[in-house]
Amino acid sequence: MFYREAGDFKTSYVDDNQTFPIKFDRYRYYVVLFAAFAIVPFIINDYWVNAVFLPFLIYAIAAIGLNILTGYCGQVSLGTGGFMAVGAYACYKLMTGFPEVSIFIHIILSGGITAAVCVVFGLPSLRIKGFYLAVATLAAQFFLVWLFNKVSWFYNYSASGQINAPERTIFGIAVTGAQTAPWAAYLFCLIFTFASAIIARNLTRGMTGRKWMAIRDMDIAAEIIGVNPLKAKLSAFAASGFFVGIAGALFFAVYLGAVEVGEVFGITKSFLVLFMIIIGGLGSIFGSFAGAAFLVLLPVLLKNVLVGTLGWPTDLAAHLEFMIVGALIVIFLIAEPHGLAQLWRVAKEKLRLWPFPH
Amino acid sequence: MKKTLITAAVAAMVATGPALADLTIVDTSYRTGPYAANGIPFSDGYQDYFTLLNERDGGIGGEKINIVECETGYNTEKGVECYEATKGEGALVYQPLSTGITYQLIPKATADGIPLHTMGYGRTSAKNGAVFKYVFNYPANYWDGASLAVSHILEQNGGDISGKKIALVYHNSAYGKEPIRTLEELSKKHGFELSLLPVDHPGQEQKSQWLQIRREKPDNVLMWGWGVMNQVAIQEAVNIRFPMENFIGIWWSGSENDVKAAGDKANGYKALTFHNLGSDYPVYADIQQYVVDAGKAAGAGDQVGTVLYNRGMYAAMLASEAIKTAQEIHGVSDITSQQMRDGMEALEMTEAKMEAIGLPNFGPEFKVSCENHGGNGFGAVSQWDAAAGEFKLITEYYQSDQDVIQPLVEEDSAAFASENGIEPGC
Repeated sequence: MFYREAGDFKTSYVDDNQTFPIKFDRYRYYVVLFAAFAIVPFIINDYWVNAVFLPFLIYAIAAIGLNILTGYCGQVSLGTGGFMAVGAYACYKLMTGFPEVSIFIHIILSGGITAAVCVVFGLPSLRIKGFYLAVATLAAQFFLVWLFNKVSWFYNYSASGQINAPERTIFGIAVTGAQTAPWAAYLFCLIFTFASAIIARNLTRGMTGRKWMAIRDMDIAAEIIGVNPLKAKLSAFAASGFFVGIAGALFFAVYLGAVEVGEVFGITKSFLVLFMIIIGGLGSIFGSFAGAAFLVLLPVLLKNVLVGTLGWPTDLAAHLEFMIVGALIVIFLIAEPHGLAQLWRVAKEKLRLWPFPH
Repeated sequence: MKKTLITAAVAAMVATGPALADLTIVDTSYRTGPYAANGIPFSDGYQDYFTLLNERDGGIGGEKINIVECETGYNTEKGVECYEATKGEGALVYQPLSTGITYQLIPKATADGIPLHTMGYGRTSAKNGAVFKYVFNYPANYWDGASLAVSHILEQNGGDISGKKIALVYHNSAYGKEPIRTLEELSKKHGFELSLLPVDHPGQEQKSQWLQIRREKPDNVLMWGWGVMNQVAIQEAVNIRFPMENFIGIWWSGSENDVKAAGDKANGYKALTFHNLGSDYPVYADIQQYVVDAGKAAGAGDQVGTVLYNRGMYAAMLASEAIKTAQEIHGVSDITSQQMRDGMEALEMTEAKMEAIGLPNFGPEFKVSCENHGGNGFGAVSQWDAAAGEFKLITEYYQSDQDVIQPLVEEDSAAFASENGIEPGC
């Protein structure tokens, strides 16, 4: 009834190409944005920021990054954890090396450095495909973690091998370090997430994105119609690395504050982000958000219900959590292989007809 | 889907609002994952002691203790989540039992004014209370451990270990890297050769490290391991027939769970400790009567008297004594975390106190002060007796080499202070 194209007249090509062509969708999007920027910061507290919002926002950026590479360009990567580590360590070196430069710039630069590293590890993708590429990126994962453990320059020769984020401010407001107000950390990450989503959305629906998708669907055919596989694949690695690097930098600087590479950016992180985009939906920006929300919120929710409300022993709850999340992943893969994004698409189709399906 | 999830999450989280409690103690335990074998007994001991105080004495100073358990899985992200979820409930002290989580919490807890007690782990230079106001690591720390182990080797070799080879097998994390600096200093001082063998998390894969040990034939092997890494290392040492009496683990690598898997061959394995072992103390009768027999034991209740259970209980005992001290200082029974910090800083453990609690001669005597948050670094060596199935103390308590450690503590804490803009002062 409300959710329909009819009556919403577009008079220009720009209007016709907008992300949310349906009026209801568009207003919903503005409402979400308004709530996220103008309401949530006022009601948020430490627990909500550190347990729910920061991980969700940061994982969403990482998922967008991996989705560009795997979902749009079809290059399977198991190196996300390692690439996030590059972002984190780049950010740490920049923060401690150039304390006078704004942290905002440092985080963007960390993304750039990660993009460069990602391109180097993406070079084999020109020759190897599918599972074999997954193994090559797996090697990147282990190599990078080993590197950050082995070379003490990366952690400024500290005895513990940990990197700690010093306090940095923007307009006099701390965004890293222990004195950070919850709303400041939240808004800082939200700005990055919002910008990442906008950039990624526009990249993927433009010429670059079409090239990536052509490569994903059939690389030989794409080459024949004039897509340069070298440029397309490496640009996908670069774009992906940029977002993943930003996610890694935020993960270290804003969310955790202190990082140990083997534990935080291990292989489990790579799999976690991969699960996010598989559950959320490959080749969908919305899917990246949905997947991140699913895998960040569900464990917290289960823990609060099982331990907090029902009062179960914590070990039992933790084990059950593994089982429930695991079972849900399997169920999703069987019942809806295209992920939460597909459910959303189906829901939208139904909404268009509601309440008169005939 | 997403929206319903969020709504459900909101509902669930609102439902679990802060429980108004008397003295809240948070037990950030790990009963799952590769470190559970060591996390369970510690947590059981920690909780059982507080349960005992509640059941027998009606709490501390008339205030009941409310234990909140939160599962971290030895994972820093979950540790942060636990901290944020529980700090609002008025937690008095955190005992994270993880060096990684400790590093994470040092700035946060300091900003929130909640003390951390990192007993025998965490950041060693936190011993300097002038810089680390809210962090305590009494009665001993890693650098003490490194020194104690080297002193023991010195004593075994008649005071001369120049030219000997000592290998350190360590968990490749902040925890395992912590003793390296001290060992390097000690190797300069005593002239032994140090080789470093990192083992990556979680530590199931150690074939190459032990192959290297087999090739290099070090005279002694030290280990900084935790969780499944301990069992694997001891098994590998057995496999290459490394003489067990030359293999010394830090106190976190010396529990029954770590050696039992290797069977009789593990006999003779040594580990450090900073408290006594066994269950031959009056307090155990009370724990049996008021906690275990009453069906109130934490976990399965089968860990009573094991090394790590004792350590958890010791940690709880130190916390409760600090609460008592804080109650005396401030004259209120329902103390805050700020007052708890004062109590911890004024804590004095004497033989008479320990005897009154029912733990005579259980741990070293020490006095905490603003300059010294770390005790005096006394420890002893225990050895595994496979036939009897228990660790036995084979040395007296002796002190670590403070001449080496104190300058390192000063140096590292000064670096932390300048990095974070802290003005040291008491």
